[in-house]
Amino acid sequence: MKENFFSIFDAFKDDRAVLRLIERLKNKALSRPLKVMHVCGTHENAIGRFGIREILPQNLSVIAGPGCPVCVCPVEDIYLARELSRLKDVIVLTFGDMMRVPAPCGSLSDARMEDGDIRIVYGPFDAVKVAEENPDKEAVFFAVGFETTACGVASLIGSELPQNLSFIISHRLIPPALDFLLKTGEVEIDGFILPGHVSAIIGLVDYIPIIKRYKIPSVVAGFEPVDIIMGLLSIVDQVESGESICANSYTRAVEEKGNPLARKAMKDAFDIVDALWRGIGVIPGSGYALKERFKERDGRRRFSILPSKEYKDEGFDCSCAGVMLGKINPDECPLFSNKCTPDTPVGPCMVSFEGTCSAWYKKGAWS
Amino acid sequence: MCLAIPMLVREVKDGFSTVEYRGVRREVSTLLVEDINEGDYILVHAGFAISKVDKVEAAKTIALIDELTDGDIPL
Ligand code: SF4
Repeated sequence: MKENFFSIFDAFKDDRAVLRLIERLKNKALSRPLKVMHVCGTHENAIGRFGIREILPQNLSVIAGPGCPVCVCPVEDIYLARELSRLKDVIVLTFGDMMRVPAPCGSLSDARMEDGDIRIVYGPFDAVKVAEENPDKEAVFFAVGFETTACGVASLIGSELPQNLSFIISHRLIPPALDFLLKTGEVEIDGFILPGHVSAIIGLVDYIPIIKRYKIPSVVAGFEPVDIIMGLLSIVDQVESGESICANSYTRAVEEKGNPLARKAMKDAFDIVDALWRGIGVIPGSGYALKERFKERDGRRRFSILPSKEYKDEGFDCSCAGVMLGKINPDECPLFSNKCTPDTPVGPCMVSFEGTCSAWYKKGAWS
Repeated sequence: MCLAIPMLVREVKDGFSTVEYRGVRREVSTLLVEDINEGDYILVHAGFAISKVDKVEAAKTIALIDELTDGDIPL
């Protein structure tokens, strides 16, 4: 092995290793067809970019689940951010891929054109900066994302912040979503590829009761082609041996206990609440809300905007829910790549980098 | 948005570090990861270091890949 640390990253991309591992996968006689779900937009992009589906054994398929936090963000929260941005002296700050998410109330981009003050930031620290630079205005950070994003926000909440900064917490948690998918049983799933970076935060512990309850072979995987195929090998081995464990094939970034500082920050800042996933429904215990002692940081309380009844439980005008639940592939949607493209997105799955439809559209460009 | 990228630590400060990715440098918060040193790789997400990339574990996985591919991949 080469000494240079960069070669460590290269090793996980090595074509020859990929092909040999695929050969190994093909040599394992699967006694039945297997459907493995991942729940991470970055996995979907890697699978598309490296053409992994095309080289897998025929009876092994990988489907995408709800791995796009922007896509599952409820319309009522988008509505709230829109309305806030139109208040005098209020600046709403959020991630770039939230801006164009289509919603019946209008997108955040639309609100900006209608004179709403909405600005894109790279992360929550930029929101602090904007608040400091605008002491005579209120800055509100619209905090969307899974555990990977929630932990950074949580670490800020506990620190000293400008008075004029508050948060609309719209974070969602992955393990309860997996539980929900298995409980409803609407999609047949033989194994889970668990998201590497969410797992770097939460570790393996929260998955284990679910894996045991539903006897579902699972593996935490990284994002290089070798990582993903190693993960699939682990799932196939588990299925064939009748085991169901939470394997970890991403040990270079994920520890069993996760990141203890990040876990603590989230535990200190947030209560776990039932939360709505757009197009999917309310998933018990799948969201975060600010703890009572941080109520003065809660944008939902600081401003008296009533939650919209009209946009409550609003789903999609398109097949996005089916795509996010792994019931259909994007190319089964009649609008895919004709009416719906990244330039003219009809649903959020086509907007965000992490959306499955966007990954499939790009895959067309790559192949 | 959930994209986390391994970045090389160039300079360690209190609570922040300067990291580099493809020649571009930026400051990231290291509030959530302890014991960061120059030359480490850390996963960065939305301005926060969320995890270190463990070189020993990476080498172990590579050794496993080597074994699974019958040792004829010049990794
Ligand atoms: S292709 Fe567009 S319209 Fe169809 S499901 Fe995806 S985002 Fe929705």
